[in-house]
Amino acid sequence: MQNIYINPEFEVIRNENRCIKCRVCERQCANEVHSYDADLNLLISDETKCVNCQRCVSLCPTKALKIVKNDCRLRENANWSDSTIKEIYKQASSGGVLLSSMGNPNPLPVYWDKILINASQVTNPPIDPLREPMETKVFLGKKPEKVQRDKNGNLICNTPPQLELSMPVMFSAMSYGSISYNAHASLARAATELGILYNTGEGGLHEDFYCYGKNTIVQVASGRFGVHKDYLEAGAAVEIKMGQGAKPGIGGHLPGAKIVGDVSRTRMIPEGSDAISPAPHHDIYSIEDLRQLVFSLKEATEYQKPIIVKVAAVHNIAAIASGIARSGADIIAIDGFRGGTGAAPTRIRDNVGIPIELALASVDSRLREEGIRNNVSLVVGGSIRSASDVVKAIALGADACYIATAAVLALGCHLCRTCQTGKCNWGIATQNPELVKRLNPDIGSQHLINLMTAWKHEIKELMGGMGINSIEALKGNRLMLRGVGLNDRELSILGISHAGE
Amino acid sequence: MNISARNTDYKELNAALRDAKGDCSITDCLGQRFIAAGMSDKNIKITGIPGNALGAYLNGAVLEVMGNAQDAVGDTMNDGKIIVHGNIGDAAGYAMRGGKIFVKGNAGYRAGIHMKAYKEKQPIMVIGGKCGSFLGEYQAGGTIIVLGLSNDRKNIVGNYPSTGMHGGKIYLRSDCHGIKFPSQVTAHAADATDIEQIRPAVSEFAELFGLNAEEILSAPFTVVTPDSKNPYKQMYVAN
Repeated sequence: MQNIYINPEFEVIRNENRCIKCRVCERQCANEVHSYDADLNLLISDETKCVNCQRCVSLCPTKALKIVKNDCRLRENANWSDSTIKEIYKQASSGGVLLSSMGNPNPLPVYWDKILINASQVTNPPIDPLREPMETKVFLGKKPEKVQRDKNGNLICNTPPQLELSMPVMFSAMSYGSISYNAHASLARAATELGILYNTGEGGLHEDFYCYGKNTIVQVASGRFGVHKDYLEAGAAVEIKMGQGAKPGIGGHLPGAKIVGDVSRTRMIPEGSDAISPAPHHDIYSIEDLRQLVFSLKEATEYQKPIIVKVAAVHNIAAIASGIARSGADIIAIDGFRGGTGAAPTRIRDNVGIPIELALASVDSRLREEGIRNNVSLVVGGSIRSASDVVKAIALGADACYIATAAVLALGCHLCRTCQTGKCNWGIATQNPELVKRLNPDIGSQHLINLMTAWKHEIKELMGGMGINSIEALKGNRLMLRGVGLNDRELSILGISHAGE
Repeated sequence: MNISARNTDYKELNAALRDAKGDCSITDCLGQRFIAAGMSDKNIKITGIPGNALGAYLNGAVLEVMGNAQDAVGDTMNDGKIIVHGNIGDAAGYAMRGGKIFVKGNAGYRAGIHMKAYKEKQPIMVIGGKCGSFLGEYQAGGTIIVLGLSNDRKNIVGNYPSTGMHGGKIYLRSDCHGIKFPSQVTAHAADATDIEQIRPAVSEFAELFGLNAEEILSAPFTVVTPDSKNPYKQMYVAN
């Protein structure tokens, strides 16, 4: 059967005056776009294979390359966009479900960009973070309802287990398998250095990384890959993954081609076998069932570790979170519809779930109304892109944020959104040893440390501007936020006033 | 050491188990959940009825239940042994990745779901009676053996056995007439080699419950294996 021809999305522009035929581009491209024609002494391009990851552009020693959008387009149509038509061609040729990577790229509202932060003027003066102490430390976990004392008046210290973070940001779940050994090494080392945590994702924990356990969240998903006593013991907290923002209601499926070597051993399934995490945990159909998994993990870890329940932001998220807060979980992680992924069906990624800003605001309000906000800490992810997004999230009611796309960008990801091919030229979303070694964990971890250090400074500056010197005083402080260009309904869900009010 | 479970909840009971030195017996067990979760170095004999998630994340301990057990027996078990002299509930051995489960009676739905295996880690589950629907769902490794020794007229397994199975083996002591398997697995009559593979597990089962292994093995068995380690490979197109 002949496939319908699809125009390449990108064009490789090579400046022949600059090209010195060193063939770096050819060696660097795992997609095999570039090749050398010895007869003509020319480098030629097969643009059908180009994903615009910018690897060749970045490494070309004479900067002879650029990748541009191919301007050979189908006839313009406001209803049938170029990409919609091409998706039809792909499906007509293959019969397959469309598979995409990374977060929803469509022009849907980004509420962070329509929320503005307050600053002090004249009264309640701003604080200069360069000379005043500013506290960015947060503790995640269930908080006691009230202080208890024994009959002699001494404090009874029965605080449930807490995670201590030097700043309200953690690296969210990316499994070993979906990302490389060196990517995991970078995250683990950076988290340890920074005094924050990273998350194993559902692929188990490589034995080399057990030493970073104090800064590790170990995940338990429906497939239970790599889950055993030592793994649960190794982490500082255990996260039950019920869902993720990029594909709510859909399970994970790591293709057999990526289950090689150490990935196979860490997941404890044979090489080449698909790793299937179905959408539901087949033993969880209710909050009571969730409670059973929460407490089985608490029993197995002797109540020493907080249990996180991660869910995708969906329509009834406030009611769902209320249930989770009563399940015995210590922390709820909510992942918005912009959250990234190594692979998700396009239709799910782009059409299912809700923005994290709205989910967070409604969950925080609901838990407060019900008087159970202190039962749990709230961690939000699903496209936290900057220090100002973090500050806005905290002011909307989050205890901390999860970042992953921002973290892989710091590792060199260029957001070409083709992780599912396993041919990541930046050594992140691949298991090909030749590609993995392109990511040096010394440099990778340093980039992550740099990024987080910079964000921490920015968070302090933004807090200082508001006259706030402790992140705890910012939490749920929605008076510090104003909306711009939002309608009444949006403002009411976000629980903020419009700018000028 | 004997621990009475009377008037204790699971938290106290497990704390007592952890503190106890050497082998233990639990008496008057009445639905306490998570018994022996994650434990590795004990033989524990239980009289009464343990609650859900008996031996979750079990890591080498040996549990023997003199009566029935409930749901999620051996959830995510890594090593050790669970012996149940009665029947068990649903989702037994969920994602089990090592060790053995022996049940004299019947198992509920979804027994052996997500069972895994890797090299020397080869979990085995032997059910003496019959199983409910979705036996071996998403099974990725290991061996599930169902003997059908009970005398009711039910089929040896309920509906939709081995749905999503992509590794491991299921042995059913039956010719399996009238049982519908999904298209991605093959069910065939066991030959002598197949039977040899399960002889040690069936012998252990027979010895535990005072039965005759040769008699059990002399009946016809059906073996179910997946056709592919990648059942969903063809479903996607890169976008």
